[in-house]
Amino acid sequence: MGVKPLSPADLALAASLVLVLGLLSWRLQLGLGKQLAIAAVRTTVQLLLIGQVLRLLFAHAHPAYVFAISLVMLVAAGREAVARQDRRVRGVHGWLIGTGAMFLSSFTVTFLALFVIIGHQPWYAPQYAIPLLGMLLGNTMSGVALGMERVTETVWQQRAIIEQRLLLGQPATTAVREIRRQAIRAAMMPIINSMATVGLVSLPGMMTGQILGGSSPMEAVNYQILIMFLICAGTGFGAVAAIFGVERRLFDARHRLRLDVLRVAGEVSSP
Amino acid sequence: MPPLEIHNLCFCNRGPYSFRLESGECVGLHGASGAGKSLLLRAIADLDPRTDTLRLGELDADAVAAPLWRRTVGLLPAESGWWFDLVGDHFADFNAIDDQTLTAAGFDRSVQDWQVSRLSTGEKQRLAILRLLHNQPQCLLLDEPTASLDQQAVTRIEQLLLTYSATHQAPVLWVSHDLSQLDRVSRRRLFMESTGRLVVTGGVADGR
Repeated sequence: MGVKPLSPADLALAASLVLVLGLLSWRLQLGLGKQLAIAAVRTTVQLLLIGQVLRLLFAHAHPAYVFAISLVMLVAAGREAVARQDRRVRGVHGWLIGTGAMFLSSFTVTFLALFVIIGHQPWYAPQYAIPLLGMLLGNTMSGVALGMERVTETVWQQRAIIEQRLLLGQPATTAVREIRRQAIRAAMMPIINSMATVGLVSLPGMMTGQILGGSSPMEAVNYQILIMFLICAGTGFGAVAAIFGVERRLFDARHRLRLDVLRVAGEVSSP
Repeated sequence: MPPLEIHNLCFCNRGPYSFRLESGECVGLHGASGAGKSLLLRAIADLDPRTDTLRLGELDADAVAAPLWRRTVGLLPAESGWWFDLVGDHFADFNAIDDQTLTAAGFDRSVQDWQVSRLSTGEKQRLAILRLLHNQPQCLLLDEPTASLDQQAVTRIEQLLLTYSATHQAPVLWVSHDLSQLDRVSRRRLFMESTGRLVVTGGVADGR
């Protein structure tokens, strides 16, 4: 057991690939250079930090610590989900809807997996809890952000049609039925596609890591199957919750379309 | 059918508006573009936040669910919206429309299978009127109902709408830029000044 450790020089070599890509971006005037640099630095710093945190956490496994770090991850996911939406729900509500939906789905599914399915003692063991939650949050965040963006953008574009339907006496839930369905489908598509190609085209990072770490392929595969199902459920429930949340916010009690709750594209907003 | 009563209606920093449309009465509303005629109709349909009282006979807008209120006071927007591929899918039950109404609007039964994407502006307009009447509203709020129609169609549509109003005793608020049309369809007229103020030309009404 045990992976061959990577030296900083090994990582620097990998980083040089990104550097070459950055040069290419500059040469082709893609304007990606700055973003690429920031993303690369963030990857390094964030992963080094979480490495230290996990090291500490593994040494002092206490539910309170595990819960605290989960909350930090959730808040970060909430911020990121909001940042990915262009025409988002204004103010703290947009953040609350996305974060609430992720909390509901990711935390419930992770808890279920730890407590019922994996059944390790103690169930909150950070070796299991943190990576599992991380994978779930990461994927749920993409789904939630995609779904919310789709709803707000489509409602904005189709406001005349929605109001026409309201005028004909349709309740708000009927007037956005097709939009809601499309948004949930859009949020689910990435995970459904990746479930269809996993193993054939892609070998997921977690499974690869486990195999590199010395697990038997079958063990790694079983875990990967578990993870795929959890991610699928988490993303689906999260997207549905977030989209219903946005929908509630978009209409008032008198079934009026309130586009004033949406941020105008390019507007500076608080959180 | 009941009269439409509007009392101290305020919305978007406009108003208060107070006036009353009797059962079966058609009142014309005209005024410069941008004066807020369409906004007034939207507020009566409770599509924008507003204050105070809207009443259709015994029916108080705030006492019933908004969808029921909107179904009861049928608003025909200046530009109609269509969301399905086929015309017929936009009607609760297309077959329930009688031949006479269809002919009056210039269509026959085959129209239900037409593609919405291939409709002309005028066809859309006439179909939107059919769709509205199919909802059996007890009051009509019409925003330029004949704006994109040729003269022959205008006459037929005016007749169709007035017949509906007469048979259902439905009050009508008819917005138009065409004063000769308002002469034909209405006896009483409201004029909206560019500030949003309503002025009555004939009859009893009371705008701010």
